[in-house]
Amino acid sequence: MVSARTAAGPLRVLFIANRGEIAARIERTCRRLGIDAVLPHRDVDPGLDLLDPAAVVGAALQVGADALHPGYGFLSEQAAFAEAVLAAGLRWVGPPPDAIRAMGDKAGARRLAASLGIPVLPGYDGDDQSDATLLEEAVRIGLPLLVKPAGGGGGKGMHIVRGPAELGAAVAAARREAQTAFGDERLLLERHVAPARHVEIQLLADGFGAAIHLGERDCSVQRRFQKVLEEAPGPTVHGSLREALATAALRLAAAVGYTSAGTCEFLVDDSGAWWFLEMNTRLQVEHPVTELVTGRDLVADQLRIAVGERLGIAQRDVELAGHAVEVRLYAEDPAAGFLPATGRVEAIGWPRGPHVRVEPGIAVGDEVTGRFDPLLAKIAVWGRGRDEALGRLADALDATRVLGLTTNLRFLRWLVRSPLVREGVARTDTLERYWPPPEDWGPPHIPEAAWQLAARLLLEEAAATRAGDPWRGGWRLNAPPAVRLRCGTDERMVRLPARDVGRPHGDPVPDVPCILADGTVHLDLAGCSVPCRIAPAPEVDLAARQAGQRGPGSGSEVAAPMPGRVLAVHVAESSAVASGDPIATLEAMKMEQVVTAPRPGIVTDLLVRPGDQVSGGQLLAVIGAQGGATADDGHGAGRDARGGATSDGRVIGSGRPTRAARRATGRER
Amino acid sequence: MIRSMPVLRSRADPQSPEAQANRAAMEALVAELRARQEAVAGRGAGGDEASIERHRARGKLPVRERIDRLLDPGSAFLELSPLAADGVYDEAVPSAGIVTGIGRIESTTCVVIANDATVKGGTYYPLTVRKHLRAQEIALENRLPCLYLVDSGGAYLPLQAEVFPDRDHFGRIFYNQARMSALGIPQIALVMGSCTAGGAYVPAMSDETVIVRGTGTIFLGGPPLVKAATGENVSAEELGGAEVHARVSGVADYEALDDEHALALGRSIVRNLARPAPDPPWERLAPLPPAVGSDGSDGSAGLYDVIPSDLRRGRLDAREVIARLVDGSRFHEFKPLYGATLVCGFAHVEGYPVAILANDGILFSESALKGAHFIELAVQRRVPLVFLQNIAGFMVGREYEAGGIAKHGAKLVMAVACAEVPKFTVLVGGSFGAGNYAMAGRAYQPRFLWSWPNSRISVMGGQQAARVLSTVREASLPGGRWPSEADRAAFETPILDAYEREGSPWYATARLWDDGVIDPLDTRRLLALGIEAALHAPIPETRFGVFRM
Repeated sequence: MVSARTAAGPLRVLFIANRGEIAARIERTCRRLGIDAVLPHRDVDPGLDLLDPAAVVGAALQVGADALHPGYGFLSEQAAFAEAVLAAGLRWVGPPPDAIRAMGDKAGARRLAASLGIPVLPGYDGDDQSDATLLEEAVRIGLPLLVKPAGGGGGKGMHIVRGPAELGAAVAAARREAQTAFGDERLLLERHVAPARHVEIQLLADGFGAAIHLGERDCSVQRRFQKVLEEAPGPTVHGSLREALATAALRLAAAVGYTSAGTCEFLVDDSGAWWFLEMNTRLQVEHPVTELVTGRDLVADQLRIAVGERLGIAQRDVELAGHAVEVRLYAEDPAAGFLPATGRVEAIGWPRGPHVRVEPGIAVGDEVTGRFDPLLAKIAVWGRGRDEALGRLADALDATRVLGLTTNLRFLRWLVRSPLVREGVARTDTLERYWPPPEDWGPPHIPEAAWQLAARLLLEEAAATRAGDPWRGGWRLNAPPAVRLRCGTDERMVRLPARDVGRPHGDPVPDVPCILADGTVHLDLAGCSVPCRIAPAPEVDLAARQAGQRGPGSGSEVAAPMPGRVLAVHVAESSAVASGDPIATLEAMKMEQVVTAPRPGIVTDLLVRPGDQVSGGQLLAVIGAQGGATADDGHGAGRDARGGATSDGRVIGSGRPTRAARRATGRER
Repeated sequence: MIRSMPVLRSRADPQSPEAQANRAAMEALVAELRARQEAVAGRGAGGDEASIERHRARGKLPVRERIDRLLDPGSAFLELSPLAADGVYDEAVPSAGIVTGIGRIESTTCVVIANDATVKGGTYYPLTVRKHLRAQEIALENRLPCLYLVDSGGAYLPLQAEVFPDRDHFGRIFYNQARMSALGIPQIALVMGSCTAGGAYVPAMSDETVIVRGTGTIFLGGPPLVKAATGENVSAEELGGAEVHARVSGVADYEALDDEHALALGRSIVRNLARPAPDPPWERLAPLPPAVGSDGSDGSAGLYDVIPSDLRRGRLDAREVIARLVDGSRFHEFKPLYGATLVCGFAHVEGYPVAILANDGILFSESALKGAHFIELAVQRRVPLVFLQNIAGFMVGREYEAGGIAKHGAKLVMAVACAEVPKFTVLVGGSFGAGNYAMAGRAYQPRFLWSWPNSRISVMGGQQAARVLSTVREASLPGGRWPSEADRAAFETPILDAYEREGSPWYATARLWDDGVIDPLDTRRLLALGIEAALHAPIPETRFGVFRM
């Protein structure tokens, strides 16, 4: 309970400069403590730019807030923002600006750690950022190594370099991404240690010099430096390692005068050697697992510290009980290289039960756009032991439903049952070896019952929305109604089951969870939300293209696999390309993706320029045949590279290349 | 308006043994109907699996898939006479080798006439011609654009005498195209296979023509004929393929790369026809289901329950049928106390106003007069006429002849023949003798004529006919008497059998005496589709001929 009797008075109104699940999470604590929480997008202005410090501070003042919690992301790790909040007379729920600044400079933090005798990876954190110096340092450090932005962490803009030839491209890409993400193109180089585990220590420190740690979290299940599953305690962390890491973390915190909650991240290799990576000066996404094993409310701790109270707990009072695991439910498509997905949330079913904690960041009706982080919710569970926790998590994920857009739910269901997680053997680089699983991970099978159900609902809706038009509803003479449906990427004619003779209403509706919204039935199939619509009528241009693709020697198209901005175009009109050659680089969600040629040929049309904004499925270029004799050269490869796209051009139109295509392009990142 | 109309109530008891027997009989008939439809349509085309496979192997879609892809997604398809030619020829010619019907394309109601090349190469049997011409007639009467999906080897040569020479034979197809084009009814051909000899005129006579590269060919004489005539060796593609016709000859206007592309081009052509439907001469109301549930789900007797399993014994109560067909079961009955054997009244079906004439017994002079009067009302109001036909004929006998039943019946026939409002006829029971004429039988050109599967059609009932013939025969027998009842029965049985067979709806529909046998529960839907289609033609002023007074 925040007694909040300090010189500045009690905390009455907290402005939460964030959105989504973390805003809801912070508000929950506020409600418990009797503090008014203000969520800007809900309570102030849905259009408020959470990246605009002046606007955010202005909004906080306008609603009479006396403190501001930044959550994570957005402005949470910007020292200047913390200063602006404090200068405006508000309390800042976070560490002092100087501590943020010191740790925000990843190169500086490395140097600080080294100066304290805390191990850091062999690397380069100097100010000379010339290509020559970086190359020279790379040679000294040795391969493989990581190129990382110096101005910020969190996995953004990180590139592994395995061969000397890759360095130039990795540096160029990392600079660009670092500039975009952090406004700072300085890079640092570090030895890439693999296999290794990602272990991080949760700290709490007050303004009176007291500091404790709350044990560790293991976040080794990662995909491209993004955490996928986190747990506490670490499955292989023993007491002495915990002590060593926690001691290092507390020393680092003390060295920068740290207060509030914070996290020090380490890499631990299989020999037990460990290195400091970086410190995150904010509440982390995965903090619930620590809360579940310690019984603490970290937001409440942050608020107490922010109003100048004492920590009120000694290290010896911290007890770690049981095991907690959390997964992140994202709007992304695992079957398509985890590309961000967008759409409207049409239905939600969250799991319930003892020791299941859901941090939802979405509600029915929300539009998930490309503007924000695609984290939809976190699902965390606690168990007396690790196995119990994982079993509970598997059940919870089975009970989870999100309809209306593509999510990684199916992937998460696979993940929590995979040996990688079950056996606790994950290292930071292992997920990519287990994923995708050897069994077919194509689009989920759509059972006949699901086709029937979707057809019935869509026909009824079509008949109802144009009430009175007798031509609606797919009626057939002496035969069941028929309609062509597109479910996911599948398309076919569906005939409803023949109604019982004399009974027009037919069989009872089969039991496939689904929701009908605006002409689309979203089916829940094995954790995938599969949209079904009445198939669009044949359209001349599309039909011609598809016919062309079925025929020999015709052109193929290169389409944007996702919405984004064109960063670079790698070909010119009339240039010859081989299968897999880069055509253009797109950027979306601060990730770059290279779109490659599906087949060899000549670029006959180039339809975009750098800087263009493109929508998913938009045509970028057309590759024509090289001429009769060579038209088929490598056609097989092109087919492979695009999966179904060459033999069934519909895929192109939908902007959903196959998994094979994604992997082909993914390698170019 | 509709709210103030009287509501029909059902007196039928669904639990009665009669209702249950009726229901069981109709369920069996509808199951047979569906099985017959499935047999000709279930594979996507009428041919056997092997011929459909060969068809697909050439990159061609089966005929029903073509139609499904041509129509707007989710559009109904009002197929015409799918059971045509069933059992007529020595060999099976499913659906007479041609699929015809009405559906929506780019929101435009269109007639589709599509050859089925998996059935005898899509060649024209006599009934193929009739079915093609009937679809064109519907297009003409209702001013609906025609799309021809052509894939036919032309006339079926072994039966050329029944296909080629007469007025309503093969040549009439092109005559109709010309006349319809002249009336501004669009004629569009998608050449998705052969168009040989006379068949070449379908695309050539069309307003716009699409041809599919690789499979579509148009020529007056095919390669064998050319070889025989001139010695020239030429492939079908070189002779009349898309390349020739779209680039050189100009016989086709658009080249399609495959079937799907051709269908998309066809849709694009229709989109650009710019044909708004004319405004109906009255306001359509919001559709309402019948208050008396027609499927029995509301606990009342269903439509099947009130249709007698044996027309000779049970009575088909017209009002029980009407109650289950019209919106809200609301029926404004005209002259309910006069000429009671012909039930007349105004109602709505799916919101469309209709004027219903339904038999409820033999036609007497009063019934005929009432019917003629009622048709005059409907014609003045431009309200479509619906005939629910269940008629054993006009009353006979000295008293009735003397009372002038022939001239009174003639008045009704005159009114039916001349009424220019759209007419729809449903054979709900028997259709015998002159009653067929008075109730808008096929000869009276209703826009559509459908049969329920329990219906019977013949000049008179089988037993009547057998008795009439045996009585006529009896007069010429020695002694003027049948030696025994057994002898009479031996004479009558073959006649009865023939009437039974030839009077069946399957026999009738195979010969295109109707536009299809239908599930009684689909009657409302079909009437609504038929009226919607009919409203594309203006309803002209009616001029009756001389009524014999």
